[in-house]
Amino acid sequence: MPSQSALHPAGPQAGRIISLWWMMFYVTGAVFLIVMAFLVAALARRRRPYAGEAADVPDVRPEAARERRMSHVVLTGVGLTVVILFVFLIRSYVTGRALDSLHEQDHLTVKVVGHQWWWEVSYDNSTAAYTVTTANEIHIPTGRPVLFKLTSTDVIHSFWVPNLHGKMDLVPGHENVTWLKADQEGTYRGQCAEFCGHQHAHMAFTVVAEPYDKFKAWYDAQLKPAAEPVNPSQAQGRQVFLSSPCVMCHTIRGTDAGSRVGPDLTHVASRGTLAAGTLENTRGHLGGWVVDSQKIKPGNRMPPNNLEPADLQALLDYLQSLK
Amino acid sequence: MKHLLRNIVDAVRGRPAFILPPSAFILLLFASCMREERGFRVSPPPSGRVQTVRLTELQPGPAQPMEVTQNAYEQNAYAVSEGKRLYEQMNCVGCHFHGGGGIGPPLMDARWIYGSDPSQIFSTIVQGRPNGMPSFRNKLNDDQVWKITAYVRSLSGQVEKDVAPSRSDDMSGPPPESSTEKKPPVKSGGIPKSAEMPK
Repeated sequence: MPSQSALHPAGPQAGRIISLWWMMFYVTGAVFLIVMAFLVAALARRRRPYAGEAADVPDVRPEAARERRMSHVVLTGVGLTVVILFVFLIRSYVTGRALDSLHEQDHLTVKVVGHQWWWEVSYDNSTAAYTVTTANEIHIPTGRPVLFKLTSTDVIHSFWVPNLHGKMDLVPGHENVTWLKADQEGTYRGQCAEFCGHQHAHMAFTVVAEPYDKFKAWYDAQLKPAAEPVNPSQAQGRQVFLSSPCVMCHTIRGTDAGSRVGPDLTHVASRGTLAAGTLENTRGHLGGWVVDSQKIKPGNRMPPNNLEPADLQALLDYLQSLK
Repeated sequence: MKHLLRNIVDAVRGRPAFILPPSAFILLLFASCMREERGFRVSPPPSGRVQTVRLTELQPGPAQPMEVTQNAYEQNAYAVSEGKRLYEQMNCVGCHFHGGGGIGPPLMDARWIYGSDPSQIFSTIVQGRPNGMPSFRNKLNDDQVWKITAYVRSLSGQVEKDVAPSRSDDMSGPPPESSTEKKPPVKSGGIPKSAEMPK
């Protein structure tokens, strides 16, 4: 299970956010405890009886010296509050500036397009042939800043990997940018953080941070066109794919399927999950998803497919060969 | 304010005529919450029979009644709106426009060349028809065609009003000219900002 926790920062951005958060937590926690202590003390304390009166009659008449002392206490409290809030203000401003200061020449650019309810991921490159397109799984090299360009095709989504950075919205017709960097290797779960419809809860993705060598190997593998079928069953599966409505939405590079409505399936078997983090990528899940995805993720755009059993098995053979 | 509230409470107290009708009205409003549930897995009619569907009542021998198919998606607002989305995405708009017709026949009137029954419309989409209607076999699966069928029938009002889509996803046109307010013409400096030479 990949980590998804803002309390375990894996990069400088999340690290700055968490140190600001802990400072606020400790200071406000201390203030809360002090206020509660005063409140308990005030409740427990008995008023001194006035000279010459019965002990159980409280004295409510103001006393000049005591009033003066009390006003000092209140003034000190107000002054302290102002100072604390100013410290918070300055610290959060400084953190905000620092979060925005990751701009570097030597960065990687990743475009993320939000769809109801999955993530289209493409790696920018000045040469079109070196552009990689995948879905729901983002690989980044460690120790190198990554510029994310975020947009959406339908409604507002929000890109959030708690271990690496705060949230950033994906707005239709507008490009938002966010920078992040992963210092530690690992797999981090991200999630849509802006309610975007029926399957908002099933709109997750993973960020895999790995050393540059491994990242480069992954990138080069993703650049290749889809694997050719190596046995008759896989060949039949490809025929099923190309002659059925699958091709109306999906791309498999290296074949005639080139539609951009659904996720790119060129290397679908190399990904860890199906349906934006909803299912583990296994043969059974894939079959269930192809036949009746509305049971798994009601309202998603994938229609049910009534395939002949033999055709379905061949299709699964083929899709599973797309490493 | 306090007195006003007190007066209202006093006036209403002990008089059911003041309380019952509004409460009943509010309770009735709750009925609309259950207008319909989103059915993501409604079974449309089987499509096997559709391959042999009759397209006209004309036939040799004694007259036989036309069969009537029930499309479950016509009772489902979500399915009809999905049909509308597919109608745009599959470029039905390219020929039939938004129902008005142009290159293809209009769909918002109730005249049908190849029949108005859901199974007839289904087979028209799947098989294609002469003079330009392409076949969508293997381009759309049956479920999607049944959704489009439901939407096409809603264009001429064949489905219930509360099921038919109530608005479009794209921008709507300007309000009609009859409701445009009169604006005084600008006398001098006639070039609008948008028509200026770029600087």
